[in-house]
This record gives sequence, structure tokens and C-alpha cells, in this order.
Amino acid sequence: MLQDLDRLGPVLAVLVAAGLIVLADLVVPRRREKWLAGVALLGLAASAAWMVQLIARDRQASYFSDSMALDDFTIFFTFLFIGVAGAVLLASLEYVERFGSHKGEFFALVLVATAGMMLLAGSRDLVAIFVALELTSITQFILAGFLRDDRGSEAAIKYLLLGAISSAVVLYGMAFLFGIAGTTRLVATDGGASIAGAIAAGDSGIRSALLVSMVFLAAGFGFKMSIVPFQMWTPDVYQGSPTPVAALLSVGSKAAAFAVVLRVFFEGFGADTFVGEDWKMMFAVLAAVSMTVGNVMALRQTNVRRLLGYSSIAQAGNFLVGLAAISSTSDGTALGASGVVFFIATYAFTNLGAFFAVMAIGNRTGSDEIEDYAGIARRSPLAALVLTICLLSLTGLPPTAGFWAKMYIFNAGMRADLVWLVMIAVLNTVVSAFYYLGLARQMYRGDGEPGEDLRPALTTQAVLVAAAAGVCVFFVYPIPLIEAAQRAVHAFA
Amino acid sequence: MTNLTSLPILSIVTFLPLLGMLLVLLLRGQQAMKIAALLVSLLTFVVSLALWAGWQAGEAGMQFMESLPWAPELGIHYTVGVDGISLALVLLTTFLMPLVLLFSWDTIHDKQKTYLALLLLLETAMVGVFVALDMVLFFVFFEASLIPMYFLIGRWGGPRRIYAALKFFIFTAFGSAFLLAGIIALGWLHFQQTGVWSFNVLDLYGLGLPANLQTLLFFGFVLAFAIKVPLFPFHTWLPDAHVEAPTGGSVILAGILLKMGTYGFVRFLLPLFPEPSQRFAPLLAVLAIVGILYGALVALAQKDLKKLVAYSSVAHLGFVTLGIFALQLESLSGAVLQMVNHGLSTGALFLLVGFLYERRHTRMLDDFGGLWKLMPIYAAFALITFLSSAGLPGLNGFVGEFTILVGTMKYNVVFAVLGTLGIILAAWYLLWAFAKIFQGPNANPANAGLKDLNLREVAIMAPLVLLFIIIGLFPNLFLAKINPSAQLVLDQLNNPAAITQYYQTQTVSAVEVGER
Repeated sequence: MLQDLDRLGPVLAVLVAAGLIVLADLVVPRRREKWLAGVALLGLAASAAWMVQLIARDRQASYFSDSMALDDFTIFFTFLFIGVAGAVLLASLEYVERFGSHKGEFFALVLVATAGMMLLAGSRDLVAIFVALELTSITQFILAGFLRDDRGSEAAIKYLLLGAISSAVVLYGMAFLFGIAGTTRLVATDGGASIAGAIAAGDSGIRSALLVSMVFLAAGFGFKMSIVPFQMWTPDVYQGSPTPVAALLSVGSKAAAFAVVLRVFFEGFGADTFVGEDWKMMFAVLAAVSMTVGNVMALRQTNVRRLLGYSSIAQAGNFLVGLAAISSTSDGTALGASGVVFFIATYAFTNLGAFFAVMAIGNRTGSDEIEDYAGIARRSPLAALVLTICLLSLTGLPPTAGFWAKMYIFNAGMRADLVWLVMIAVLNTVVSAFYYLGLARQMYRGDGEPGEDLRPALTTQAVLVAAAAGVCVFFVYPIPLIEAAQRAVHAFA
Repeated sequence: MTNLTSLPILSIVTFLPLLGMLLVLLLRGQQAMKIAALLVSLLTFVVSLALWAGWQAGEAGMQFMESLPWAPELGIHYTVGVDGISLALVLLTTFLMPLVLLFSWDTIHDKQKTYLALLLLLETAMVGVFVALDMVLFFVFFEASLIPMYFLIGRWGGPRRIYAALKFFIFTAFGSAFLLAGIIALGWLHFQQTGVWSFNVLDLYGLGLPANLQTLLFFGFVLAFAIKVPLFPFHTWLPDAHVEAPTGGSVILAGILLKMGTYGFVRFLLPLFPEPSQRFAPLLAVLAIVGILYGALVALAQKDLKKLVAYSSVAHLGFVTLGIFALQLESLSGAVLQMVNHGLSTGALFLLVGFLYERRHTRMLDDFGGLWKLMPIYAAFALITFLSSAGLPGLNGFVGEFTILVGTMKYNVVFAVLGTLGIILAAWYLLWAFAKIFQGPNANPANAGLKDLNLREVAIMAPLVLLFIIIGLFPNLFLAKINPSAQLVLDQLNNPAAITQYYQTQTVSAVEVGER
């Protein structure tokens, strides 16, 4: 038991830090509340340190009687979420002024949401998954409405209502799985009953029940992944919620959803089982629809944040290409699954950079309308450059990590004989170039009035540079990230 | 010689300008930036001459190869090398770049640092395109060249620059989407056949694909490269881009960027898809001839000198394409040489237009006349350049066009006759334009105070004119290096298997270089 708690340590560290912040918030004077972000960062650092020493002591195992797993997959996503949360906290230091006296709660909620995501990546039991999912969701409902203005409240209510429905749908899908397998465990290391075992041993008699469960689970998780047709909330919430929260939602929450989908479908349903082709085809169709709808809708947006919202729907479609292309790990490559993981990692850098640049510009100009971005490059060259690099990466153009991500996922698609899907994805890339590069062009248009200097705060600058550097460095030297992604999915072999 | 080849010369030539870009970004002070950029580009040229000096004569395959793993899980490596064909284009790039920087010395005042940085970035991308042997690496450089050019036109261009830059970008990006799809398909096919991913073009040469698949991929590649060349009827972006681009941008666009398309034909299209290349060569040759005649006729109707030069590019690139798809040794070698010639002559033409535009801020032919008396040095340079572009014997243009036509004659007499008609038309519009500008009375009082070329401008034109004459009189200096490689490309069309074996020995030695 104590050993298992030890394995949960990185999550506990984050939760403890969150608790400390809530308590300290009571005594810290209002002017100093910003310093609580330091506590939050320390908590994340402690979490990372704990994880490092767990790896050093070689503690990888399935624990809490197979409801959690500490494997390379969990480790990869834990570090990813720590990084994302740290970047969001740093970048929000300027933004939190708008929250008045609720800065402490904001930091604490970000940490709780992060802990929820870390749990999600490590859960391999339906109950644990559901609890972790709710932990993330509920904190994010609050965060989405943190500004308490009209638009923010509308976003939060929309997110809450749709989120509640999606939770119910997930639960219903899980109920079917429980009915079939008689257990909530995805895998059983002790050789007992498990969902993966039941499906592997199953026959066509349980097929229809599995299909229903599959569809419900995809619908429920699809809400979190923001894929079509479960995407309705995305543009509204990205526009209405505070920008750091939108960044967290677009990267962290999405990554966590894909992590759990990989667990449930790749580890639970299995790629080689008699339903393997069914769920892959389902994701292939969802991928094509998401990419196309997201990109076409993004073309006509006039608000940067709504544009990023639709872009994130389209990007989720790209991730799904990898899911659809999943093959068994028996041949040692698992290009589809590792492609998703690799794409998520590069997307994290890219989209965080993009959102932070939008935030840095919006903090100063007070506007997120694309027409107000004209000539912004003159007034805030750093933010404009970072945003341009990130937009190139989202398009999938060199010299950015996004290029490898697209390359990787397209390769995986070809490998899985999904030529039609890759063709759709390539055409979508061309469509996406129009609005991504259109925004970049807008910033470098010469006719913006010089106006005052809009240099962002020092912390924001640092995060911006770090994100852009990540995007570029992983273009030049992608090998470590590719290898980490491949190790991560080999946890499922 | 051994210590010369053990240095990664190709990588140095490719990335030296990139380092120069960083240097320029760090420097303060206009003068220092300009000097640094010029010195870096000159140094790049000097280093690239080491390729010439260390060249193994008669060797048809790749030389100076380097290979490092980049994303080995996907079969993607940093593999570079040059044969006679790419050598010519690498040298053309490194030669033109200092001249462009020298031209921009006094003509770009706005955001000079960014301008210089973009030019140097562009040089890395362009050299990279010509040396990349891994198709993904090629695609990276191919795309990377787009972005600086987009900004060069969109930021420093003429009044309709935004439209022109976007049109340029969309046309080319549309083509490259097909290119990327084709590249991935090739890597996948390699995987299917051998169980290993590879994007090394030397590996892919040996795929031996079924004919229908070849045809499909062939047209994807044709589209991507034909837009870049541009081959009729994909040429409509070119006049817009040229007219709006700043002079330096035009020189690079016409001189080097367009060659990426024709280079793609030679390096990738013919050897990768031998069957459809032979089957559809007449189609592409006909498009090339239409381009030659159409470009020449439209050039005749222009009032704007820069537009005239732009349309003459369509015609000249038509010649190059005709030479490639005539599939004869003479014409293919001639086409490669003509790529260089066109880079030099048309680059020089755009520079001449630029000199005039800087002085008078107009390019309309009607505004000029009788300049010979006012600007004798300028007129002398212009005369040689116009004649070189028109293909006068003794100058470079003649050699290229002559060899292309000799080869085409062996392939199809009608094509050769129509091509010759293009030469006559070219002489017509060029000499007509020359007469309008330099001869006759000077009717426009605004031209009265025009100054002749200064020393800097002479220093730009002199090396170009010198090369016109050298290539014109001693074409074998270049053809001797191009011929073996061109022969190899043609052999590959007829007997892919044997050549593949030839290249495989090369791949092995490259890996050894990489490990050293």
C-alpha cells in the first residue's frame, strides 16, 4: 500500500501544493497573492523530482490492484502535464490581475486540474478513469468562468452542460463494458478477469454491445478531445474563458483525453481483436470529419481565439489519423500510437506558444479581433514572431516541429493503408495554410500605425521564447522526442 | 585532396549563410550588417569553389556525400551530395548571391536587417534544395525557400505586393502539397517492398514500381514542379510576382528559385518514374513549346520592361523544359547549362531594369529613348546582356539553346523547328526593347540628367558579363562535368536496374562518411 502511494507521489505533490495555496491564500495579503504562483511552481517541481526518483528507483508497475499504472506512458504524460501547467502558470502572472482577489484560487485550481490530468494518463480502471475525468472537468468548469463576465459565464455554462452530458454518456458506455467483462479493470496483471481479456476471448455474440459501448465512449471522450460532432463548446469556451485557461484546455485537457482514449481503446479494446478494425474505422471517419469541419469553419473566423478554437478541432482530427492508423506493437514500430503521442507533444509546445502570444498581444491591445492584428509585428515583434513560428508549426511547415508531427502521422496513415484519409489530411493542410498564414500575414502588414510599444512582461517573454525554441529545436533534433513517444506506447505491448 | 573531401564542404556551403543570418541579426549599425552579409556570401562562394576544385572528373554519380540520422525511425536522414547537375546550380546560387547583396547596398532602406537576414536564409534554403538527397530534406528546403521569398515580395515589393506575394505562395504551396503526398507515398512503397522506411532518393530510384502507380505519382510531381518552373499553363503567378518583387527578389526568383522546378524534373521525375516520363514526354515537350511561343509573343506586347523580362523567363524556361523532355544527352546537358545561363542572363536583365528604375522610378519603355549617349557604360553592359539572352554565338545563351535544339532535332524535327521560331521571336522582342531604350532620339526631358553606372554597379555587372563570355567560348568547362551525370539520368530511363546497383555502392560509401 505504501509503495503504491509512493507511485502516486507526483500527483499527491501537486494536490498538496494546491491545498497549501488555498490555506495560504487566507493569510497572504492581497498585494502579495501573486507570490502564491511560486508555491504552485514549487509543487510542480516537487512532482517532477518525485517522478525522476521513481524512474531512478525503477518503480514502474501496475498498482492499486491494477487500477493505476506507472509505466513509460504515464511518465511521458506526467512530464508533459507538469510542463504545460508550469508554462500556463508563468504566462498567467500578468493576466491574473484581472481576477482581483481570487488569484490564489486560480493557481490552486490549475494545479488540481493538472493532477486530474496526470491521474487520467495513469488510470487503467474504468472507475479510476471516471473519477479522474470528473476531477479535471469540474475544475475546468470553474476555471472557464473565472472572469465572471457575460461571455465567460456563457462559456462556463455551455461547457458545464455539455460536459455533464458527456460524462453521462461515458458512464453509459462504461456500463456496457462492465456488463460484458464483469470487471472495471482494463487489464489484469494477476491473470484475473479484465476487459481486455474478455474482448480478446470474446466472439461475435458480444460484438453489438461492444460497438454501442465504443460509440458512447468515443462520444464522451470526444467532447474532451473536441472532435466533430462533439465540438460545439470549443470556440465559445476558447473565446470566453480567460486566455491561460483556454491554453490549458486546448493543450492539457485535450492531451489527457487522447491519453485516456489510447488507454481504453489501444490497451482495452485492442488493435488486433475482432473489434479492432471497427473502432479504427470509426476514428478514421471522425478524423476526416473533424479536420474538414474545423478547417472550413476556421476560414471564416474574425476573432483570433475562435480561430484557434476551430484550429484545435482540426488538429484533433490530425491526432485521430494516428488513432485510426494504430497497429499492434508486435512488429516493434507502433507508428500510429507513437505518432499520436509525438503529435501531442509537439502540439503542446506549439499551441501554448500560440495562445501565450495571443494573450501577450491581447493584454496590451485589449482586442482579439484579427483586424486589430494588422501591423502588430511592429509594436510587439517578439510576440508576432513567436505566433508566426507557432502558426507555421500548426500548418505543418518546416522549420518547425509541426512538420515532423504531420510527417509522422501521415506516414502512419500510409502504413495502415489509409491512403484516402491521408489524402484528405493533406488537402486539409492546404486549407489550413490559408487561415494560419493569413493571420501571420496580417501581423506583418506594413500599414498598421506604429503606436506604442507593446512589449510583454518578462515572464511572458521567457515563456514565449521557450515555446518557440521548443518548436524549432525539435525540428532540428526530433530524435529524443520520437524515441520518448515510442517508449511511451511500448508500455502497451 | 583527401583532407579536402573529409571536410563536410556541402554542409558548410549550405549552412554558412544561415550562420551569416544570425550574425546579421546580432549586429547593430547598417554598414556593419551590410558588410557582414556580403562577406558571408562571398565566403560561401569561395567555399563552394572547393567543390569545383575537388571535383572528380568523369564521375557521374554523387560526390561530397554526407549522411547523418535525422528521424531514423521514419527512415529520414540528413543526406546531401552533388553530381554534375546539382554542382552547376549550387555554384550559380552562391555566385549570384553576393551580386544581389551588392545591388541592395543602397536600394533597400526600410528594415534593412530583416531584408539581409531573409536573403541569407533564402540562400541556405536554395543551396539545400540542390544538394538534398533525402526527399524529406529536399521538401524541407523547398518549402523553406518559400517563406523568405513570400516576405521579400510582400514587404519590399511594389504597390500590389500583397496580392502578388499571396498568389506566389498559394500557387507554390498548392503544388508542394502534392509533392509531400508523393514523397510519403514513395517512402511507404519502399517500406512495402523492403520492410524499411527510406526517403533517400538513391534508394528510391531502385523501387521499380508498377506502371499505373508510377503514372499517378508522376503527375503529382509534375504538378508541383511545373508550377515552380512555371510551365504553361501554370505560369500566371510569375509575371505578378516579378513585377511586384524588389529587384533583388526578382533576380533570385528568376535566377535560382525557378530552377528548383526544372531541377526537380531532372533529379526526381525522370529517374523515379522512367516509364511515364517516356510516355508523357511529348505532352510536356508540347507544353514547353507552347510556353516558348506564348511567352515570347506576350513579351512582344509589353510596355513595362520588367514584365517583358518576366515573360521572357516563361519562354526561356520553356526551352529548358523542352531540353529535358527531349530525353537526349545533348538536350539534357544543354538544358542544365541553360538553367545556369538563364540564371545569369535573366538575373543580369533584372539588375539592369533595377538600375534604371532606381534612377527614374519608371520601367515603361515609352519613357525612354536614346540612352546610349547618356549612359554609355550601362548601354554596353545592356547590349551584351540582351545579346546573351537572345542567344548570340560566342555568348553563353547560344551554347545552351544550340545544344538543346540539336538534341531536340534528334527527338522530333517539328519540335526543333518550333523551338527555333522561339529564338527568332526572342531576338525580336529583345532587340526591339533595346532599340526603344537606347537608340533613337531622347524625347523625354526627364531623362536628361541620368547618371551612368557607378563603380559598385559596374562591379555587379562585370562578373556576370565575364561569365557570359567564358561560358560562351569554353562551354566544355561546364559540360564536361554535366555530361556524365546527364548520361546517367538517361541510362536510368532505359535500364533502371543496372543504375540502381551503381547508386547502391554510392549509398554504402556515404554511410561510411557519416560514421567517420
